[in-house]
Amino acid sequence: MTSVLTAPAVEPPAASPRGRRRARRSPRSAPRSTLTRGSALGLGIAMVWFSLLVLIPLTAVVATAGEGGWDRYLSVLRNDQTWAAVTLTVGQALLVTALNVVVGTVIAWVLVRDRFWGKAALDVVIDVPFALPTIVAGLVLLSLYGPNSPLGVHWAFTEHAVTLALAFVTLPFVVRTVQPVLEELEVDVEEAAASLGARRGTILRRILLPSLAPAIAAGAALSFARAISEYGSLVLLSGNRPYETEVVSVRVLTFIENGNTASAAALASVMLAIALVVIVALDLVQRRVARRG
Amino acid sequence: MSIEVRGITKRFGDFVALDDFNVLLPSGQLTALLGPSGGGKSTLLRIIAGLDRADAGSVSIEGVDATGLPAQKRDVGFVFQHYAVFKHLTVAKNVAFGLEIRAHGGLRPPWAAQRRADRARIDRRVAELLELVHLSQFADRLPSQLSGGQRQRMALARALAVEPKVLLLDEPFGALDAKVRKELREWLRRLHDEVHVTTVFVTHDQEEALEVADEIVVINDGRVEQIGTPDRLYDEPANDFVMGFLGDVTRVNGQLVRPHDIDISRVPLLAGAVEGTVARLLRVGFEVRATVLTDDGEEVLVQLTRTHARAVGLEEGVTVWLTPVTGAATVPALPSMRSAG
Amino acid sequence: MVELSTPVRWGLRLLAIGYVFFLIAWPVGLVVKHTFTGGLGVLADTLTDESVAGALRLTAMVATWAVLINLVFGVTISVLLVRYEFPGKRVLSALIDLPLSVSPVVVGLALLLVYNGRTGWFGPTAEGAGLTVIFDSPGMVMATCFVALPLVIREVVPVLVEIGDDQEQAARSLGAGAVQTFRRITLPSIKWAVVYGVVLSLARSLGEFGAVKIVSGNITGRTQTATLLVEAKYQNFQQETAYATSFLLILVSIACLVVVAFLRPRAAR
Ligand SMILES: Nc1ncnc2c1ncn2[C@@H]1O[C@H](COP(=O)(O)OP(=O)(O)OP(=O)(O)O)[C@@H](O)[C@H]1O
Ligand SMILES: [Mg+2]
Repeated sequence: MTSVLTAPAVEPPAASPRGRRRARRSPRSAPRSTLTRGSALGLGIAMVWFSLLVLIPLTAVVATAGEGGWDRYLSVLRNDQTWAAVTLTVGQALLVTALNVVVGTVIAWVLVRDRFWGKAALDVVIDVPFALPTIVAGLVLLSLYGPNSPLGVHWAFTEHAVTLALAFVTLPFVVRTVQPVLEELEVDVEEAAASLGARRGTILRRILLPSLAPAIAAGAALSFARAISEYGSLVLLSGNRPYETEVVSVRVLTFIENGNTASAAALASVMLAIALVVIVALDLVQRRVARRG
Repeated sequence: MSIEVRGITKRFGDFVALDDFNVLLPSGQLTALLGPSGGGKSTLLRIIAGLDRADAGSVSIEGVDATGLPAQKRDVGFVFQHYAVFKHLTVAKNVAFGLEIRAHGGLRPPWAAQRRADRARIDRRVAELLELVHLSQFADRLPSQLSGGQRQRMALARALAVEPKVLLLDEPFGALDAKVRKELREWLRRLHDEVHVTTVFVTHDQEEALEVADEIVVINDGRVEQIGTPDRLYDEPANDFVMGFLGDVTRVNGQLVRPHDIDISRVPLLAGAVEGTVARLLRVGFEVRATVLTDDGEEVLVQLTRTHARAVGLEEGVTVWLTPVTGAATVPALPSMRSAG
Repeated sequence: MVELSTPVRWGLRLLAIGYVFFLIAWPVGLVVKHTFTGGLGVLADTLTDESVAGALRLTAMVATWAVLINLVFGVTISVLLVRYEFPGKRVLSALIDLPLSVSPVVVGLALLLVYNGRTGWFGPTAEGAGLTVIFDSPGMVMATCFVALPLVIREVVPVLVEIGDDQEQAARSLGAGAVQTFRRITLPSIKWAVVYGVVLSLARSLGEFGAVKIVSGNITGRTQTATLLVEAKYQNFQQETAYATSFLLILVSIACLVVVAFLRPRAAR
């Protein structure tokens, strides 16, 4: 599982191999509690709130979905319209993630290694999709790619609209995970490779890319998870046309609005499972990097 | 001559880091570049390696003009102060890196027969080198699982693997603690006696340079102050800077002398001896340090052994006469002595 | 350092700038332009429109509550996770990040299943006690809390880890109690990380759409937030109002970004 605590910063930088092994084993072998009375009370209240807000509701989704057994899942997924939504969502999410892997890495590279006028502005604009309300993101894209497009394209209510919306909301993920890693790379490592005879291409391929790969993978996972669950930016832009531009989130919403919470829960739990898989994958990647030090 | 540096000038903006710099370094030797921080040692080394370009001048390595060659083609091994390990590769893969680049540029497909032959050859060579730097049992570890000293030995093996014409080390032991540092420099000396590759290493620790190097180049402010064997530099320093940088100095009678090169006695035996009184006596282990206040108002530091001090009968407040011993290294003191780093 | 040849460098630079320009800068610019094509009048009309003003007030209220709750919860959990050992700590720290990867629609559904007044697990009990959650502000606050939950924690935890507990122990040894230590030692050193997390949470809270849409019932004039209003107005062909409201939301989120851009170097220090 990914966790705020597995960030590499937690590892003591100069821990001896023995010390590190011990540190890693300790949580498993009967963790002792160092809570005081006050902090235990704080933890208790926080846990009650966390359960009421997150744990119990998510459990409710899984439980409601489970009531109908496997048949429920099968019948929900067998529905042509739902299946079309699933394939569209997964396909578009993969496409956009691939796009982000390439363009996001290029943007991170340009932000770190290039120097030009206006770079600081570019750096700030990258964060706009994080800060902008999703519904506004849809409206914003509609103004350039919709009916009155100054470009003369009319992509609203087409599959392109889905690609655009997902690309918009997921843009920062790869950039923001790769950028700090690229900044931290030591220049002398590249120089060492050069003095051993490696040319530019070889250094890129055998030194830089492998060092960036974990960050790229982490960014890709985040962007895939976000793309697969996106809703707000698609509402105005894609038109939610069944079989064409309807994504899974919209499908879930339709089930909810029709009062069919059981089907909604079944489909939602499939999405939860995908999210979970992504989180686990992310954590595995992070741990490999932490080991590398 | 293995490395010839002629007329190298390097500027960073207005700042001149190297000023018309000339030096010839003979083949097969272990040379130390010694000097205070900011003197231009790293800059010189990086220019020799092709990692930086000079603004003027030329560099030739083993008779080949290397001035225009990129780092990839210079055939030099470079060892960095902070190791510059490839973190994602195991120790063995780190060492194999340069060999693989040379064998097939990483481009030959894995199934090619030639590549298998290369593989076997490279594996053998890597094993040899890991043996040489005593890291055989760590071959499959990642660099993060090594200590600093082990990482630096790995970096050295990696640089040596490609059999470079010259080996350049930029403060290779600078990031290590004093004890490991001392071990490693003795080990480097022995390694050099075994491998005999022309080696240049940068240090600002004079003890390290005196102990390990065949020859020392003292660099200050982008210029050469003196070149010579450790003995020569210690015994015949060219100027006050070199003298001050290589050991303690004190000033007697307008001359710079080493404190252990001063003869001290209770009676005026020699003509020209300077008269003074012992102001302080300090015992440190086997030696005695005396501070003598001369009649001209100079404060002279004298070092002698305990036995010697007792024989002379030194005590605080007694009157003594000082003369530099015959054959001592002396340098005329300039009115304003330059700071010695 | 790998230096790219000039054409390649220019190519990459153009790709980066072009992509960001066509995907973000130009479209956002167009919405701003649309807002002002009718002159400042439209903006003024929009602001005085009662449904818009009401939606903005509701959004501000919901976001404020959500940010406050997440602030207290986030700082508490961060300190607990970094400074204390307790069983289940690893699992908890893993679960904290979960809300970031859950679809807003699933969030809405999850809250609906537990808190709706007729069939929810706790809903009828809560309504019996006079607390309506779904289709009312408590539900909207909860949905907003859910989606912004990890943001404060993700900022504060690394800083707490980084500063270590030496200073806190020193304060304890000088006789400071737990509360005093927290107020006078811990809080000042995590201050900027907290502010940073709050700004991020605020941006996220103001912009939440999907989850709020489901739990609010989207009742005009009562549970319609600014983002819901944008959708409704756009679909009712009142596009000018939609654009003007969007412009306000863009303004706020850009303000958040600017604040963050200023804070980031300070937080790093
Ligand atoms: N990239 C650079 N840009 C600007 N000035 C530089 C650069 N590299 C080195 N200098 C300057 O050139 C001078 C010589 O630097 P150099 O690194 O060669 O010193 P050094 O003798 O290796 O010192 P040290 O023992 O501290 O490593 C210094 O004053 C330094 O500030
Ligand atoms: Mg240096």
